[in-house]
Amino acid sequence: MKSLGSFRRKFAPWNDPEAKPYISFENVTKKFGDFTAVDDLSLTIYNREFFALLGASGCGKSTLLRMLAGFEEPTSGRILLDGQDMRGIPPYKRPVNMMFQSYALFPHMTVEGNIAFGLKQDGMPANEIAARVAEMLKLVKLEQFAKRKPHQLSGGQRQRVALARCVAKRPKVLLLDEPLGALDKKLREETQFELMDLQMKLGLTFVVVTHDQEEAMTMADRIAVMDKGKVKQVATPAEVYEAPNSKFVADFIGNVNMFEGTVSTVVPGKVDIDVPADKITIRTDATRDCAAGQSVGFAIRPEKIRLSRKEPANTAVNAAHGELYDIAYFGDMTVFHVRLESGRIIKAASLNAVRTVEDPLGYDDMVWVNFDTDAGILLTA
Amino acid sequence: MNTTWSRFNIVSLVIGFAFLYLPIVLLVVFSFNESRLVTVWAGFSTKWYVSLFNNKSFIDAAWVTIRVGLISATFATILGTLGALALTRYTRFRGRMLFSAMIYAPLVMPEVITGLSLLLLFVAIGFDRGIWTVTLAHITFTMCFVAVVVQSRLVTFDRSLEEAAMDLGATPVTTFFKVTLPVIMPAVVSGWMLAFTLSLDDLVISSFTSGPGATTLPMRIYSQVRLGVTPEINAACTILIAIVAVGVVIASIANKRREVQKARDEQAAARH
Repeated sequence: MKSLGSFRRKFAPWNDPEAKPYISFENVTKKFGDFTAVDDLSLTIYNREFFALLGASGCGKSTLLRMLAGFEEPTSGRILLDGQDMRGIPPYKRPVNMMFQSYALFPHMTVEGNIAFGLKQDGMPANEIAARVAEMLKLVKLEQFAKRKPHQLSGGQRQRVALARCVAKRPKVLLLDEPLGALDKKLREETQFELMDLQMKLGLTFVVVTHDQEEAMTMADRIAVMDKGKVKQVATPAEVYEAPNSKFVADFIGNVNMFEGTVSTVVPGKVDIDVPADKITIRTDATRDCAAGQSVGFAIRPEKIRLSRKEPANTAVNAAHGELYDIAYFGDMTVFHVRLESGRIIKAASLNAVRTVEDPLGYDDMVWVNFDTDAGILLTA
Repeated sequence: MNTTWSRFNIVSLVIGFAFLYLPIVLLVVFSFNESRLVTVWAGFSTKWYVSLFNNKSFIDAAWVTIRVGLISATFATILGTLGALALTRYTRFRGRMLFSAMIYAPLVMPEVITGLSLLLLFVAIGFDRGIWTVTLAHITFTMCFVAVVVQSRLVTFDRSLEEAAMDLGATPVTTFFKVTLPVIMPAVVSGWMLAFTLSLDDLVISSFTSGPGATTLPMRIYSQVRLGVTPEINAACTILIAIVAVGVVIASIANKRREVQKARDEQAAARH
């Protein structure tokens, strides 16, 4: 497993200008009547990548997947897979396989029959089919369930049959539509890691559609955050979280405190933002170009905000005073809601690294919030 | 739930069932009557069954009925299934509502009108009336029943099953025969049975569209009754009832068993 880990760490073809894209969407638009599901979208995915399309329902992520599978044709633009234009190629001739959200197991066939179905369509000899089916059953640990029908299986087992069925044909790309959506939380977490292992073992390209950001962050090499048929940002999970490129992405991924203000002064390396609504001045690292007077956004994650009863050394910038309004205790961490004098609620999270704290923060305590100049993100879009 | 029986419940049950089954019971009982007189009981006998099987015109009519039923039910099932597929699949074509309504219309159309219009058609195109015209007429009026039965199943059919099959490399034709048809098969079989039963007991449309040498059993019975009811007819009807009853009982037992088995399997699976 160690070798896989190091491979994973070095795996970043998107930073390599020489790397050839494996799947490319070129200015793809898809309209259903008046509704534009996918809007002039371009995207590249590399071989052996675990790629996640993340967005709220109706953002066009499933349509994108279905166009790749061949169930929908783009209204305009083109899709290339391994250099080949996919236009006009029906689903049954595409070297991609899809795992459906409902699993879509054939109810009248046994587990074996389901897995063998795709292989039979290829005209594979019977003994090879039997060998491949046995191999797949072993891969998903369902050997003793080979003769069962889908309705005789639990949800988790059905999910594994669906997975075995679509990897059995060794497709170039595996498409997964909300693969873990129907599983309960505990099983979902286990299965995430199983899927990642499987992807590494088989060396396939995975494109997964999900609305669950935790799932996308855990599994994917890169995430495309989508909204209204457009891609807002394509980046690694860490980049999407720590360096979102827009207010939408910052707000969509994880928890965030968002401030809207105007740039007051720009000194080399630092930007000061006035937030009159909350009577606070923010000083942040100048990660983006901006000019004095420009209205900008500032996003800061709750875990990057410090809370203390003691007044910080510098209260002129990046500090505010307020009362503890709400406390949400999650066990591993606690989220505090601090109400500033302006009425604004600031979320601050702290890890409960110590079991018992002397004199912990309680409701109605007056506290100071403050943060460093590199803790937040300056947003101009 | 209240499971005790009040007197009111018992009385209404008895009256209801008497209303439904008394005539049939009477018919069955008198088919075993010794006497020629239908309303006077004169002892048990099976002689009317013997004479029925020796009556060539009855046996011929039975054969005609069965042949018409088998052929028309089969074709009606094929056409009805295709119609149901078209109507549930292509939901976006112009005039779909009209077509939908048109497939249901024959269900409520008076049989006299269906029979008469078919007769006029056969006369107009110079089609000699006989067993084939009856068969065609039966296909016409039973296929909409099949379409309705199959359509109600297709509405709940998970389209992703077909997409999965195509995704795995099956052409649309293979997908239909290997996935769609097996899944909707129970509905198609019930559609066939419904069509067969309807064809079996149809009198009005058959009378309009049949010709010489193509007398169906209901027509035979009806014409016989006009000359006076004989216990032979009671015997014929009793046999028909027996066949239908056995079919219904077998079908419902098989259905119940499947359901119980499925529920048990699902419970067992959930425990894993």
